[in-house]
Amino acid sequence: MTSDVIDTRPWPRAMRAGLHGGMVLLVATFLFPFFWMVSNALRTDAEIFAVPPRLLPDSWEWGNFSAAWSYLPFGQFFLNSMLVAAAITAIVLVVSSLAAYAFARLRFPGNGGLFLLYLATLMVPQAVIVIPLFLMMSAIGWVDTYQALIIPMAFSSFGTFLLRQFFLTIPRELEEAALIDGATRLRILLTVFVPLARPALGLLALFTFTGQWNSFLWPLIVINGPEHATIPLGLTLFQGQQGIEWNYMMAGATISMLPGFLLTVLLHRFIFKGIAIGSGLGGR
Amino acid sequence: MAQQIARPSLGHPRVLDRARARPAVESYSPTRSDPWTALWFLLPSLLGLILFLVVPLVASLVLSFTNWQIIGQARFVGFSNYVNLTTRDPIFWQVVANTVLFTVEYLLLNIGIALGLAVWISRLSWGKRFFRLAFFLPTFMPMVGIALVWQLMLTPRGLVDGVIALTGLGLPNVLAESTLALQALVLLTLWSHVGYNLMLFGAALESIPESYLDAAAIDGASGWQNFWLIKLPMISPSLFFGTVLTAITTLQAFDQVYALTRGGPGSSTATLGYAIYNQGFVTYKMGYASALAWILFALIMLLTIMQLRLQRRWVHYDQ
Repeated sequence: MTSDVIDTRPWPRAMRAGLHGGMVLLVATFLFPFFWMVSNALRTDAEIFAVPPRLLPDSWEWGNFSAAWSYLPFGQFFLNSMLVAAAITAIVLVVSSLAAYAFARLRFPGNGGLFLLYLATLMVPQAVIVIPLFLMMSAIGWVDTYQALIIPMAFSSFGTFLLRQFFLTIPRELEEAALIDGATRLRILLTVFVPLARPALGLLALFTFTGQWNSFLWPLIVINGPEHATIPLGLTLFQGQQGIEWNYMMAGATISMLPGFLLTVLLHRFIFKGIAIGSGLGGR
Repeated sequence: MAQQIARPSLGHPRVLDRARARPAVESYSPTRSDPWTALWFLLPSLLGLILFLVVPLVASLVLSFTNWQIIGQARFVGFSNYVNLTTRDPIFWQVVANTVLFTVEYLLLNIGIALGLAVWISRLSWGKRFFRLAFFLPTFMPMVGIALVWQLMLTPRGLVDGVIALTGLGLPNVLAESTLALQALVLLTLWSHVGYNLMLFGAALESIPESYLDAAAIDGASGWQNFWLIKLPMISPSLFFGTVLTAITTLQAFDQVYALTRGGPGSSTATLGYAIYNQGFVTYKMGYASALAWILFALIMLLTIMQLRLQRRWVHYDQ
């Protein structure tokens, strides 16, 4: 927080009011596309391109949401996305905690070098590996399956990096007693590190879940039909239909944004702190 | 005080040195089984990374020297994919230009706007949290959904068109006009992701100790001097982190291109990410697409190395 003593001087009172007013206007403009999406999701198809454009629907067609839900199997897409994002998040949490503990606390030859290699993998673009990955999936018969959506995407080293930074800040004294008592390393990880690192684990879960919920390229490549399609892929199936039903599309888009909306609103303080930790500001 | 702030971030040599120099080993419990324990702890992630990252990475490099097309025999063709791309492909250079233009323009706008908004919001006496949250809202939402909303607004007879028609002026079909379509992509990507860097810079600005600004006040510093001489250097590690991360992701842009323009009109909005998908999974030229993918990878490495080198000139790490 900056000090008021300094900050008031360059900005006279009128200017401060202007700064607030301007920001309110800016935010209202920024949020407009959300309003437009929901407003169009609740219209009849005929009203979408009304001249002149109308801000609010004439008749509120709440039925559009259930219609979109069955127009394409949107309920299925929603469940698929939930399943895939949750499964990947669970695997990432376990795998990253184990690796992060090794890098933060265990002595083994090449610790530093291997960690650098893990870091370097973050630079590899997804577009480079998806072609061989697809060939792999078709070789083992996994194309158009849940496991193809889940398993290859569950091993990013971002989590290992994030958790290692956090584990390094945990004082050694906390585990020494347990070590002397002969506790295994796994037990120490579970009983000392995991409870203390809950904020970092929560942050990793949040980023992984939303990232996977939004993921598009890999499902587009490895999934063939609506049965295993996730929400972003399902939305583009709407696009492919003859004559776009814009009201249903907007209803679908609204549904696709709900989890992200809820998570952001509920966890915004946590996100603000977490982004600082993730960038190394609050870690070490 | 100074140690609480401006800690080195990802990519800074000091973090890496630390990883090398002090791999968390001290005198207690130097059990001999540590390397084996470490192996078990690392095994899941190692196996996963090798199977789903290293193997595909190597395979894609090998593929890029073949003419693999799913059906038929794959043949080793040396550098001919790369040669064909750069000398014969009618759209390759346009795709590279699109990608670079999109990335550079987007990066400058994103960092500039995020920084401007972060500083603006940090000077407000109420509503800081709400304003930041508002700009952050689209960040965790699917780009495909966002692109659909923008498509509805920008489509002929859509909202933007309709509002401009009210003024008596006509608007060309934005998404069918090659220069405008790329700008539409920049706008939509900014809308969806400017909030992340805004949060990042906002957090960094809040971590500047009051005492620094108090001291500057005593010395009679102006608002501009505060910004250029204190705030900007103090948040430079976050600025650097945000710039590198944004550049890496923007070069790979795919989702919004696919959902909004499918690379069109013509190939005026085709990015490298889109071209790779198109060659690999629409026309099934897997070898050719792999060569394209490695060119994208090379571009990412080049830009990242450039940024790592430049950071010495402008990023301040306070110890």
